[in-house]
Amino acid sequence: MKGIVTVLGKDSVGIIAKICTYMSERNVNVLDIAQTIVDGYFNMMMVVDLNGAAEPLTSMVVGLDALGRDIGVVVRLQHEDIFNAMHRI
Amino acid sequence: MITIDEARETIRMISEANLDVRTITMGINLLDCADGSCEAFCRKIYDKIVRKAERLVQVGEGIAMEYGVPVVNKRISVTPISLAAAGCGCDCENYVNVAKTLDRAAQTTGVNFIGGFSALVHKGITSEDRKLLDSIPLALAETERVCSSVNVASTRSGINVNAVNAIGRLLKDTAMMTRDRNSIGCAKFVVFCNAVEDNPFMAGAFHGTGEGDAAINVGVSGPGVIERALENVRGADFETLCETIKRTAFKITRVGQLVAQEAARRLHVPFGVIDLSLAPTPAIGDSIAEILQEMGLEQPGAPGTTAAIAILNDSVKKGGVMASSYVGGLSGAFIPVSEDHGMIEAVRAGALTLEKLEAMTCVCSVGLDMIAIPGDTPVETLSGIILDEMAIGMINNKTTAVRIIPVIGKNVGDVVEFGGLLGLAPVMAVNRFRCTDFVQRGGRIPAPIHSFRN
Repeated sequence: MKGIVTVLGKDSVGIIAKICTYMSERNVNVLDIAQTIVDGYFNMMMVVDLNGAAEPLTSMVVGLDALGRDIGVVVRLQHEDIFNAMHRI
Repeated sequence: MITIDEARETIRMISEANLDVRTITMGINLLDCADGSCEAFCRKIYDKIVRKAERLVQVGEGIAMEYGVPVVNKRISVTPISLAAAGCGCDCENYVNVAKTLDRAAQTTGVNFIGGFSALVHKGITSEDRKLLDSIPLALAETERVCSSVNVASTRSGINVNAVNAIGRLLKDTAMMTRDRNSIGCAKFVVFCNAVEDNPFMAGAFHGTGEGDAAINVGVSGPGVIERALENVRGADFETLCETIKRTAFKITRVGQLVAQEAARRLHVPFGVIDLSLAPTPAIGDSIAEILQEMGLEQPGAPGTTAAIAILNDSVKKGGVMASSYVGGLSGAFIPVSEDHGMIEAVRAGALTLEKLEAMTCVCSVGLDMIAIPGDTPVETLSGIILDEMAIGMINNKTTAVRIIPVIGKNVGDVVEFGGLLGLAPVMAVNRFRCTDFVQRGGRIPAPIHSFRN
């Protein structure tokens, strides 16, 4: 099972580092990262492998939301199927 | 692999345009609960509903969290109670206790509405149907989450005018019994022509007799997403307009399909249908009226509105059908006045009248919905309004419905607050000319010529 992490907010030092640390502490492997800056806003998408994750998806959703608040960005973790359903036939 | 732009599009639909799954509704068959004792019947239906739907709310919330898409309502529909109770043969006076049992089961399972306090009387009324009809006003007054519906017409069998007249009286009684709460009982009751058996939306949901023991039906929504998409094609021709709606409806429906399949899998209940309806809420950015305005109408109700609704309804279906393996329910655009801030505004501005809403129901998914009218509207006029709407459904081979609220003590210009998703409604004017002698003819209106397809 794969998850998609998206980050949206004002760019600052260490956003990716903090999220990657959160992931590695829970044994979640980062498979791919893409990022853009639009109008000074930081836009990042990360594909993560949730097989073998030390925590259930729902509790990481809550944890990442809290982490995002700490660093002033919006962090979401979602099951990748919602994106596949919408954008792939 | 999903691109960052695609991920962003999905997230913006959810966070900025109010994309959500409007309801996961579990249909539950109660025909096996019949018992000669009323008490035992109530116990059996309570036990069965609670057993089947025990995890419904929890599963809905889990899916919402994992996929990051809100699942707004978790609901239950049951076999029409007049049918489930018919097998009992008990001699109880009414079915109010059954409604109270349904209410308790809804509270226990945590769902916000339970539908199916219903009867199908489009051709004739059995003694159990009669008992159920007589129970509706008190049942709606004394329960909180129970929804009721009655099918009084169909393309196949015509219109049961005796039933229509009974509903006119019933509406008035229900309004009276809940007069201290703006006659809210009527907001939980709907009268149908060509009612569907797998509708997940309230107040008209029930679990039809052609269904299995249980089913998961999901209602998708997202008027805000359609409106946002149309902002990008402002001024473009109708081909572009329709294509944009279709493409967006496809994406919305795919999310519904995913959620429905996942809910069915986790609850071990077969997936029934996706209902492709665009259902507004009172929130800004979650409105059918805003779509109509984005299409180019100054206000809903302006000339062109019926065409606009027709285009919207048809394009949503065309886009949605390919996105789901099973489409059913009501599927189209809902136009409940009190639940759509843009419709409320249009009524206040004098742009939208009852007659124009009636015209819109010829081409939208259902009918006259959540419309407050003066409480002193004569019973025969209520029957006349229902009869007109039933005729539209019967002749056009579509589902039509009426959910009107004659608000006791209120007049045109007053505004009535129902609260929550039911919103608030300006009391609308009703044509004051009488139809008494017409509706009081009674009997049945024969099935239309095009029903003879065999």
